Amino acid sequence: MTVEVAVTVNGQLRSTGVDARRTLADFLRHDLGLTGTHLGCEHGICGSCTVLVDGASARSCLMLAVQAAGTEVTTIEGLAVDGELNHLQQAMGDSHGFQCGFCTPGFMMTATELLRENPRPSEAQVREAISGNICRCTGYQSIVDGILRAAELIGE
Amino acid sequence: MKPPLFDYRSPSSLDEALALRSEYAYDSVVLAGGQSLMPMLNLRLARPAVLIDLGRVAELAEISELDGGVSLGAMARQRSAERSDLIRERAPLVQQALEHVGHPTIRNRGTVGGSVAHADPAAELPAVCVALDAELVARGVAGERTIAAEDFAVGFMTTALAPDELLVEVRIPAAAATFRTAFVEIARRHGDFALVGVAAAIALDGDGLINDARLVFTGVGLMPVRAREAEASLVGTTGDAAALATAAGLVTGELQPRTDAHASGDYRRRVAGVITRRALEEAMP
Repeated sequence: MTVEVAVTVNGQLRSTGVDARRTLADFLRHDLGLTGTHLGCEHGICGSCTVLVDGASARSCLMLAVQAAGTEVTTIEGLAVDGELNHLQQAMGDSHGFQCGFCTPGFMMTATELLRENPRPSEAQVREAISGNICRCTGYQSIVDGILRAAELIGE
Repeated sequence: MKPPLFDYRSPSSLDEALALRSEYAYDSVVLAGGQSLMPMLNLRLARPAVLIDLGRVAELAEISELDGGVSLGAMARQRSAERSDLIRERAPLVQQALEHVGHPTIRNRGTVGGSVAHADPAAELPAVCVALDAELVARGVAGERTIAAEDFAVGFMTTALAPDELLVEVRIPAAAATFRTAFVEIARRHGDFALVGVAAAIALDGDGLINDARLVFTGVGLMPVRAREAEASLVGTTGDAAALATAAGLVTGELQPRTDAHASGDYRRRVAGVITRRALEEAMP
């Protein structure tokens, strides 16, 4: 069953027919070619596929594309400003906040929501915010460092 | 994996949703926030012919004042409930429990009614509804009825809702605001399914004696379980250390959780006693 979906992705209106059962994650990756959003577990445990829907973080594997109709979706591809890394991207790089990079898009989108709502989070608040994202490489410390560093950069 | 094929319906009003539910009944599933249903679809544990998405039924998303208590529309997002001043004032136990529901990202999408209707025995909100004597409003094309929270779950992930009914509202009575409450749970990691959790609510009279107590557990049975002997033991006491120890001991004796892959029944029973004491200590003035 095909349904018409019009959704704004990273500021660009995308209007197309999609299979009703298409998840938002697969819609972004396969239909729009935005492969920055990664799919790990496909059942809402790992957090890799996290995107922002109207500014609020959401697991794109736990949403149908059709549910996103009429919303504004932001993916990892939408973070850079005029081709320049934003503060979070810069800080995560500086802090070695990723190794293999698979989980990175999910962490970045989750942290984007956190820093917008709470620009000066404590370490405990950062850890709470990213508790739904799993990383199998870094042991999290450098990710926490990166997010705290991003908060400093934003504050400057 | 990917969701199976289904027909997708997106009603824009409750009447339209009820008509669809009536037409497709057992062949349909209802999509609220999707944080439980979508994994089930992705894993093909659910294979509905028709998916009824309530996301466009705006009238179900309200959180509002009701007779001194609070009314939560079934489609109110958990995150909205978590941030609602009205709920903080009238039913703080809801917010105490929501802290344990998944993660912020899950609560952004997850709904109050979705969690209640899904009736997972490890879920927090069904236990909260029982502890606060919530009334659950079910509506079908033929009309509306209210179901006491305690009567809502009838078996493992099975509720008193008829196949052509929708849970439309959770009503928390004014008395909820008079309870002192706490929610404590033990999970492998914060946000995971609870091995054991307890929603505790106590009411004190003018002399500082407990005159009502609720201890409702998650993860120890097929549905939320009240520890009635332990509750009764608290009534008439001041909630001192001895009374709390007695209640904790009765909980350990009275619950009969099963063993599964995540924890043994004996472990759950012991932990239930420990979190009973912790929850009551937190709830007491």
